[in-house]
Amino acid sequence: MTVRLTAEEQAIASGRDGSGTAIAMRIVAEAARLMGAERLIPIASAHIDGALYHGDSGTLFAERLVKGGARVAIRSTLNVGALDLTGCSQIRLADPQRSMARRMMEAYRALGCETTWTCAPYQVGHRPAFGTDVAWGESNAVVFCNSILGARTNRYGDFLDIACAITGQAPDYGLHKPENRLPSITFDVAALPRSFLATEIAWPVLGSLYGREIGNVVGLVTGIDADPGEDALKAFGAAAASSGAVGLFHIAGVTPEARLNAGEFHEAASRCRIVVTPAMVAEARARLSTVERPTAIDAVAIGSPHLSLEEFTRLERLLAGRQLAVPLYACTGRHVLSVLDRNGRRKPLENAGIVIVADTCVVVTPIMPDIKGVLMTNSGKFAHYAPANTGYSVLYGSLAECVESAVAGRPIFMEDAA
Amino acid sequence: MTVPCEILVEGPAAAGEALVLTAPISFWGGVDPKTGRIADPKHPQHGENIAGRVLFLPGTIGSSSASAVLLELVRAGLAPAAIVMHEPDAILLLGLIVAREMGWPAPAALKLDRAIHAAFSGKRLEVSPQTGIRAAA
Repeated sequence: MTVRLTAEEQAIASGRDGSGTAIAMRIVAEAARLMGAERLIPIASAHIDGALYHGDSGTLFAERLVKGGARVAIRSTLNVGALDLTGCSQIRLADPQRSMARRMMEAYRALGCETTWTCAPYQVGHRPAFGTDVAWGESNAVVFCNSILGARTNRYGDFLDIACAITGQAPDYGLHKPENRLPSITFDVAALPRSFLATEIAWPVLGSLYGREIGNVVGLVTGIDADPGEDALKAFGAAAASSGAVGLFHIAGVTPEARLNAGEFHEAASRCRIVVTPAMVAEARARLSTVERPTAIDAVAIGSPHLSLEEFTRLERLLAGRQLAVPLYACTGRHVLSVLDRNGRRKPLENAGIVIVADTCVVVTPIMPDIKGVLMTNSGKFAHYAPANTGYSVLYGSLAECVESAVAGRPIFMEDAA
Repeated sequence: MTVPCEILVEGPAAAGEALVLTAPISFWGGVDPKTGRIADPKHPQHGENIAGRVLFLPGTIGSSSASAVLLELVRAGLAPAAIVMHEPDAILLLGLIVAREMGWPAPAALKLDRAIHAAFSGKRLEVSPQTGIRAAA
């Protein structure tokens, strides 16, 4: 554990650029020492997950950085906070927690972070170039950044993310090093029916299975014929990163590093092989629900990761002007909300009974009524976190099934309708 | 007998009853930051309180907000007396590093192979970053 700081880095840690930047440099250097990194490397951008309120200490830390004159040195987007600053949805958080959560969000803005407040920064145009080093937090954003964009990041936790953003540097270890990005296991889905792979739920269900089977090693998915599109890949990565500590996956023929190094990757991943069967998929899908066939549902939640504009278009098409019997919480970023507003699409959705949630989401802050209800979702990540974080039981289904069920107020599955 | 340990994060010598976790834990969602109680109903040590204990961790899993939960415990005076980990973790231990920057008294973190953790289970321990871990007489 011998991290060597340059004279410049040592001067910053000793306060040359102010006390806030000094704190940030000492935190980055300590993390480097802990993880056995030999040096710090420059990074191109950061995505900050640390502005979500977990208690007053995090607010006081951010305000200490502000008071010490710190500013982010690189492009830094913000992940969700605990409040919906757009006022779209009502957050059931009382003072003093509410005002401390607001102070925390304000402190991160004052540090120079962009007020994106989204877990899908890659859909707001924050897309680091292939091969660049960055420091990203939020598990789904990390896995998307590494896997789909081919930029290089470890899983940055609270405090280290903002410290890297302020110093513009990160410890050189883990997924920043090319040799640690090679796959060592194959996850083969070729035996699954093509008709299943073409469905929306194939991706979150496979992601959930992948995360549980593979954990934090790097895997290569084989047997996919064509690029399933960004929203499908986003759902796969988010589900994988919530069921296991997945930071990077490759898909043969689809993701950029796998396309560039096809031969080398196949060989490296060939030593260990998981052949995915329809029975494994059925079991993975069943595990996403914590209730079997309830007679009614209390709410539907979609948008983890945050919904893209395309996903809202699909939602509108499925809703087809109908009225919902139970609320459908649609979580998204303010960048999508502003387009919905501008195009006159928000009001019809809200009039139908959809609750748009911006800047935050239903599993990180209290929004849904405090009951032991049944929540239906098409998100592998919501399915994973909702029982512990909200007290709701989870019923998993496709977006179409979620919409039909919200209209009926009871579970509707497509095989029932046929 | 004193078992020497590598220091992960410097901190004061401390004493407390050992709490040896037999499964990895996610601090976010797994430990209540207001009480220090292990809140994850699926964890084998569910219901135990980590405050003031010498906490042995075989591993950490889950959310990147573990550091925020640990910082909150430190500030509330509900942190473990010392933390003993199988391997360093760039997320959880940031809570101790930030606590020190904030001037809040924080426990030390030491490294010790998880195969040896069980030997300390339930014992009253004295922990010193300089000399290691010793069962009190």
